[in-house]
Amino acid sequence: MDMPRSEVRNLRFDEFSVEKHLEHAAQQARARNYQDFLIVDVDSHHYENESHRDIFSYIDNPVIRRAAMDSMGRTGRSAMLNSQVGYQDLDGRITRAQLRRFEKTSGDTHRDIVTTKRWMDAIGVDYACLFPTPMLFLGLHPQVEIEAALAQAYNRWLCERILAHEPRLVSMLYLPLNDPEAAYRTVQEFGDKRGVTGFMVTSPRYKPVHDNVYMKTYALLEEMGKPIAFHAAYNWDDRALGMTNRFISVHALGFMWFNMIHMANWVVNGLPERFPKLKVMWIESGLTWAYCLMQRLDHEFMMRTSDCPSLKRKPSEYMREMYYSTQPMEVPDDPSVLAATFKMINAETQLVWSSDYPHWDFDLPSVIYDLPFLGEQAKRNILGGNAAKLFGLDPKVVKKIP
Amino acid sequence: MAEWFVAKVADMADGDRRIVTAGPHEIGVFHKDGAFYAYSNYCVHAGGPACEGILINKVVDIIAPDRTYQGQAFADELHFVCPWHGYEYDIKTGECVGNRRLKLRKYDVVRRGDDIFVVA
Repeated sequence: MDMPRSEVRNLRFDEFSVEKHLEHAAQQARARNYQDFLIVDVDSHHYENESHRDIFSYIDNPVIRRAAMDSMGRTGRSAMLNSQVGYQDLDGRITRAQLRRFEKTSGDTHRDIVTTKRWMDAIGVDYACLFPTPMLFLGLHPQVEIEAALAQAYNRWLCERILAHEPRLVSMLYLPLNDPEAAYRTVQEFGDKRGVTGFMVTSPRYKPVHDNVYMKTYALLEEMGKPIAFHAAYNWDDRALGMTNRFISVHALGFMWFNMIHMANWVVNGLPERFPKLKVMWIESGLTWAYCLMQRLDHEFMMRTSDCPSLKRKPSEYMREMYYSTQPMEVPDDPSVLAATFKMINAETQLVWSSDYPHWDFDLPSVIYDLPFLGEQAKRNILGGNAAKLFGLDPKVVKKIP
Repeated sequence: MAEWFVAKVADMADGDRRIVTAGPHEIGVFHKDGAFYAYSNYCVHAGGPACEGILINKVVDIIAPDRTYQGQAFADELHFVCPWHGYEYDIKTGECVGNRRLKLRKYDVVRRGDDIFVVA
C-alpha cells in the first residue's frame, strides 16, 4: 500500500529517470497485485540505432560493412539506411522520446538491458519480447542486400549481446523477407538460439506473403515450432497512404493497412491449410481491423469460394486461431463494442498483451486488467498466460515492482 | 481538507510549477500569467503524470472565409500535455481538450503571507 506522504517536486527537463516517469504505472501494478501473476509483453522496443556501430561490425560482407561504418552519423540522402517522415513524439509533446538519453546507467551490463528492465519492473512485466525501432521500415529499403545484411547483423548482435545475457528478454528475430533465401537461412541459423521465441516480418513491404518462394521458410518455422509474426508500421510513401497529410491519419490507417493485406493473402491462399501447425501472430494493429476483415472475407467467401478453393472453412475461422497483440488497443466509450471484438478473435486464448513501450502510444497492463467484461482468469491469460504458452516461457513471476 | 505547502511566492516564478504529494493526492500546481492553478496529476486516459509535460498553446487550423485551408497557428489558449501519450489540458479549466466533458480534479490554491498552499 502506498503510504501518505508530503513532498514537493520541481520539474526538470534536463534529466530523466524511467522509474520516476513510470511511477504511476508502478502504483497501478501494486494496486492490482501484478506481483501475483505472470505478465508477458509481446511487443516492446529498443532503439537499435543507438548501437549501430556495434551492430554494423557484425555485417559479414566487407563492402557493406565498410559502407555502413562509413555512413555512421549521416542522415537524410547521405544515409545508408532508409527512414520515414514522421513526428511520432507529437513534436516534442511526448517528452521521453528526447529525455530518455539523459537516463543514467552504470556497470558493464548493456544499456538496453538495464533501461529495458527498469521499465519492465515499473510496468509489472516479467518477460518482454524486444523489437528494433528504425528497422521496422527496413523492408522498404530499395537494396535487398542491405536488408539481408543488416538483418543478419542485428540478429546476431541481439542474440550475442542482449538475449544471451538477460533471460527476461526474448525476441522474434527479423526475417529479411525480400531475400527469400536469406530469410530461410535466418531461421536455420537463429531458430535454436537462446531467447529466440519466433521470427518477425516487418509489415510495410511489397512482396506478397503467399509467394511460393517463402513456402520452405514457413515449413521450417512450422517444423521448429517457432511462430511467425507480422509487425505493423506505416509507409507514408505508399501511393494510397501518401494522400494523407497528418501523422494521425497515416498511423491510424498504415498500421492496419499492410497487416490487412498480408492477412487477406495469407488466408485466401490457404496458408493455414498448408501450414496447419504454424502459429501466426499479428502485432501492433490494434484489434478492430481483424473484426472488420473477418466479416468482409466471410461475406464474400460465401459467394466466391472458387477464389479460395484451398479453404475448408470460413476465413474468420482460420483468423480466430491466430494470435493478436493488443496494442494500440482501441477503447470505445461503449465496452460492449470491445467485448464483441474480443469474442470474434477468441481473446481468452488468442489475445496477447503488448505495451509497445517506449513508443508514443504505449499501453499498460491496466488496459486489459480494468476491462469490466473479463474474468480474472481471462485477464491473466491475455496479460501473460497465452504468451507464455506461445513462447514456451517459464510461468514463474520474476519481476520486481518498485 | 488540509492546506499543503507548495512553495514560497518568491521561489515560484511565473511559468514555474511544482508537483505536490499531499497525502493520497498528487497535484500539479502551475503559476502562469499571474494566476495559480492546481490539478490532479493523474491523466484521465491511462493515469500518466498529466501535469508533468510541456506547456504549449492550442493549435488551430486557419480556414479562410471561402473555407479553404490556409495553414495552422497557435491560439491564445494554453495547454499542458501529459508526457505519456500527449493528452492535452486547458490550464485554466483542467478540461481535456479532446473531450471537454473529461476534466482533471481541480484543487484550490491559497496564499498565506509569503507562502503558497494547495487545499486537498
